[in-house]
Amino acid sequence: MTYEARIGLEVHVQLKTRSKMFCACSAEFGDEPNTRVCPVCLGYPGAMPAMNREAVELTALTGLMVGAQVAPLSVFARKSYFYPDMPKNYQISQYDRPLCIGGAVAIEWEGREKLVGLTRIHLEEDVGKSSHFGTSSGVDFNRAGIPLMEIVTEPVLTAPEEADAFLQALRQMVRYAGVSDGNMERGNIRCDANCSVRLRGETALGAKTEIKNLNTFKGVLAALRYEIRRQQDVLAAGGRVAMETRRWDGETGTTASMRSKEEAHDYRYFPEPDLMPVAMAPEQLAALQARIPELPRARRERFCRDYGLPAYDSEVLAADKAVADFFDETARVSDNPKAVSNWMMTEVLAKLAETGRTLAETPVAPRQLAELIALVDRGQINMPTAKSLFATMFDKGGDPVALVEQEGLAQVSSADDIGAWARQAVEENPKSVADYRSGKKAALQFLVGQVMRRSRGRAHPQKAAEALEELLKG
Amino acid sequence: MDTASVTLGEALAGLDRGDWSSEELVSDLLARIEAGNGALNAYLDVDADDALSQARAADRQRARGERAPLLGAPLAVKDNINVAGQSCACASRILEGYKAPCDATAIARLRREGAVFLGRTNMDEFAMGSSTEYSARGPARNPRNPDCVPGGSSGGSAAAVAAGMALAALGSDTGGSIRQPAAFCGCVGFKPSYGRVSRYGLTAFASSLDQIGSLTRGVDDATRLFFSMAGPDARDATTVTLPLPAPEACRREDLKGVVIGVPKEYFPSALAPDVRAAVLAAAETCRALGAETRDISLPHTEYAMAVYYIVAPAEASANLARFDGVRYGRRAAGATSPMDLYCRTRSEGFGREVKRRILLGAYVLSSGYYDAYYLSAQKARTLIRDDFTAAFRDCDAILAPVTPSAAFRMGEKTEDPVQMYLTDVFTATANLAGLCALSLPCAMNADGLPLAAQLIGPAFREDAVLGAAAALERAWGGPTGWMGRRA
Repeated sequence: MTYEARIGLEVHVQLKTRSKMFCACSAEFGDEPNTRVCPVCLGYPGAMPAMNREAVELTALTGLMVGAQVAPLSVFARKSYFYPDMPKNYQISQYDRPLCIGGAVAIEWEGREKLVGLTRIHLEEDVGKSSHFGTSSGVDFNRAGIPLMEIVTEPVLTAPEEADAFLQALRQMVRYAGVSDGNMERGNIRCDANCSVRLRGETALGAKTEIKNLNTFKGVLAALRYEIRRQQDVLAAGGRVAMETRRWDGETGTTASMRSKEEAHDYRYFPEPDLMPVAMAPEQLAALQARIPELPRARRERFCRDYGLPAYDSEVLAADKAVADFFDETARVSDNPKAVSNWMMTEVLAKLAETGRTLAETPVAPRQLAELIALVDRGQINMPTAKSLFATMFDKGGDPVALVEQEGLAQVSSADDIGAWARQAVEENPKSVADYRSGKKAALQFLVGQVMRRSRGRAHPQKAAEALEELLKG
Repeated sequence: MDTASVTLGEALAGLDRGDWSSEELVSDLLARIEAGNGALNAYLDVDADDALSQARAADRQRARGERAPLLGAPLAVKDNINVAGQSCACASRILEGYKAPCDATAIARLRREGAVFLGRTNMDEFAMGSSTEYSARGPARNPRNPDCVPGGSSGGSAAAVAAGMALAALGSDTGGSIRQPAAFCGCVGFKPSYGRVSRYGLTAFASSLDQIGSLTRGVDDATRLFFSMAGPDARDATTVTLPLPAPEACRREDLKGVVIGVPKEYFPSALAPDVRAAVLAAAETCRALGAETRDISLPHTEYAMAVYYIVAPAEASANLARFDGVRYGRRAAGATSPMDLYCRTRSEGFGREVKRRILLGAYVLSSGYYDAYYLSAQKARTLIRDDFTAAFRDCDAILAPVTPSAAFRMGEKTEDPVQMYLTDVFTATANLAGLCALSLPCAMNADGLPLAAQLIGPAFREDAVLGAAAALERAWGGPTGWMGRRA
């Protein structure tokens, strides 16, 4: 018997707003516990929510990007349950009238494009964060009230890897549009998964479980793999999967029952009387439409088309908006887009990974990288020089043309200079010369290296090799 | 000066003339509180030093030539409205010792206009009640007859104003909580339209019904406080930006050209004869002032109580969820888990009536019951609102009783919640429909208890009720004239 899984995700994406959803407190990450709080986000008596319009717009923008219907009128609702990290013991969320309805996210799956249908996108406030220390517990409310966008998919994902592809695509999109930092380590994206298994060929969905506490992409993958196997084992043994909420434990790599269907919360939703319904006028939607950036897929296609890049390069470069923007600007002013792509994919990304910085934090400008590449292309500097020059530009900044001049780094091609360095190298390394003459051709590379060293890296490597070969012939 | 009877307007005029200082006014009131509060329990907390220092600061400002509409005017404040640094416990054990971190918007506006905040007045716990008997700090009593209730929930405010322990007080009105105690104690109780005065800083009972208003000795004081507090507030999304009425329209001397509607549903057979007589006499005065009175019908009035006692508890059940012992207020000892902490704290902290309403509210919002109760109630609420919209096509204001009877006796209704609830029958409709409404004392009954009439106006037409009330009060001989009238 073969089984198939059906997965639906509820993804919480923290919106990138300056202030919280319903008060003026900063929405920045971090800081000492309970320093970014006020009577509103602490749920003090008499405090009332004042809506953050930017959060509404970022959510509507996301809706437009996925082709959802943005409701002309949506309604906030109170979702009641008691938990120490909930300041009011109700969360202001949306229920039967969410901001966005429908839409789909395009992903690559099994070599083809697939549209993952969305049920809805709604807006809500985040809760605080509980910590437990031995005999006591504490709650940090800095996070309480930060705007969250909840994206709910239809149960159409068929495998953990597909769920992962969806999350990656979603993250890429929200980062592209500046809707969210999409930083999982900081909890910018959190996820619950609904998962069921059925015999292949059946049409009705099997009994589902909801898995909570999925805070990393790897966790989503691992939890779904575990849960699908668990449900298959239950069914194969003739049992029935219990409808319940399960908690993923990343330590043990298992899911465990949190509460059964009978114990499920009754959230007692009702319309939030402290807030007016959210109106979205056609003009506002038109203005938001204009804020939609070129999305990753379109960008990949354009990179291939306009710059003649291979699909692989486009994919790598378009994955991150800042990288793609930088490439775009550099390639636009360069005569050699493929070389720009190579530089980006090797030196630039390596340097970023090595230093942990973002492009915005480095002093290198796209025009400067283009100039550096032009210097190489024109033979004015050699590749090793270019690489060390780039390291200087990346660390300290500076214009490549000026740096070449200041440091005297221009490539030397004159036969006299190279000939002199080659003779010195031959004289001082008789063993290598002997090796070469006895047939160890690799010794030539050592001698070329000696020439480069004497030229402080400036010698044209090809010409140095030619000069050495000439000398060693005689 | 006699602080026992002077209106806020007269006190301010005296301050302007230099007849007395704010410090003298406040000292006088403090002395009266000292002498009388033991019997009436109108105030819960009075910080005499703080009140005097506010008054002296106002006097210094005045001496420097500064002027503000309420400079040096002492006000009493219901215990559910936040005044920075003062206690704000909503007469509940669960908020024992809680100090407000900041001013409510209404308070901030009054403070900017120079008001002095005298102390905290007693109320039914979390404004849930109609007699101030459900206060965790003990009941307040009616100064006209201490065996009677002062009404509620703003009973402490009404008692303080009527007893001469405050010139004016703030209250909150969710289903009649300003107008009913005003009627029972014999003061002017005014509830502005929903959305007119910011609720920011008013501890929420039922968010779609609550409104801050005033209890005063005269209509002009109500007008004065209304204009000081009203207006949009970015911190309360339900406030409106509609312009305020013209102040002169709130200070009418006659009612020529005005049509007053008299709804038949508000005069049932169970209405006490003295109340009926007092209201009909008020209608007569309206006509004498040049108004036309017209019989009207508000056909869905009979559903008002059912709707009110679904909507208000539903909202309250969520609003009061925050009192859990985690962040502020009372925290029960010995809890072994968060759920245990909630149960112990809330069991100890809330009184019976508050628990009853939380349970009622949670029930009507529960899955499977929501449609039958909450949703049906919202539909009926729309019908009640539509009744008024239709009625106000035929009249400018509505004249009705405030309460089915004059003040009832202490303990009379505490064991029968439904009888207690029914005392709101004529007042809750204005909250359900978002209207402005005023309780105006009309006469004394045979037992020496005040009788009152209610004026209800269209939403955001506070001038309709304040103007009519001003003309009636004037016709009866000024703010104290009603005391000489019998019904």
